[in-house]
Amino acid sequence: MSRAIRFVPLAILLLFVAIVAWRLAIPDDTKIRSRMTGQPVPAFALAPATHGVQGLSSPDLATGQPHLVNVFASWCVPCIAEAPLLMELKRNGVAIDAVAVRDKPADVAEFLGRHGNPFQRIGSDPESMVQIALGSSGVPESFIVDGKGIIRYQHMGPIESGDIPALLREWEKAR
Amino acid sequence: MRHWLLIVALLAAPVWADSDLPSARWANEQLPDPRQEAAASKLMEELRCLVCQGQSIADSNAELAGDMRAMVRQRIAAGEKPEEVRAWLIERYGEWVSYRPPIEPLTWPLWIAPLLMLAAGALLLRKRLSGRR
Repeated sequence: MSRAIRFVPLAILLLFVAIVAWRLAIPDDTKIRSRMTGQPVPAFALAPATHGVQGLSSPDLATGQPHLVNVFASWCVPCIAEAPLLMELKRNGVAIDAVAVRDKPADVAEFLGRHGNPFQRIGSDPESMVQIALGSSGVPESFIVDGKGIIRYQHMGPIESGDIPALLREWEKAR
Repeated sequence: MRHWLLIVALLAAPVWADSDLPSARWANEQLPDPRQEAAASKLMEELRCLVCQGQSIADSNAELAGDMRAMVRQRIAAGEKPEEVRAWLIERYGEWVSYRPPIEPLTWPLWIAPLLMLAAGALLLRKRLSGRR
């Protein structure tokens, strides 16, 4: 056995340690983005999520005007943090619709009463079927859909104040 | 202060992220037709949970995994083939969602590596054994 070959296991170990150290320092992005961006909104029809609101169906998202579709839930804590920013988007002229995931009418009503209602329509998605059809992997998420009903942009996680400019830019692009 | 609250809210999310609704009917109930149930559960073991990444939807207790199981069972019961359901999910979440990588140029090393390693092992063993004689 040649001398150099003795160091191969050590080299492998060092390589391994280097890879582990690298991934610990720069964690992988574990977000699973929807592949539906660029695709038409899948066909669906959801009943109203609570009293006094309209339900949401896919034709409502192909009206010639863009829509922001917010996937949220009353039981989702980050959705509370996001609520005032949706109000700000609404003030900026963004038309917002919502899909309420696994929610009860009374809970949705309470959430809207407490945190405001920026939504035009709110569909109830009790078994996450529309959420899955959109390729969304959690709440909250927001999709910008253009006037033809094509999904143009996906925002994952709660909208924070720093995300507003990017969202408004994508909104303008979808017009 | 607001930032701090937001950070706490984000950290707390995984613990709180559960709805009040019960599981979908078909999340934990087997299909009456044993052949369909077998096809559905085989597929569920090969689909990855989006919430607890690294678990299959068959193993995961996440609500979204339960809803995905319900969806798989309903589609299989409606007569869809398991591969059609898998393709539908891949259309939405990418190859990531499937535990069975397709055979394509990008994944060739994945499929060939075990064979190469076996061959290398066999070669090494032969060298050793013949050297002893």
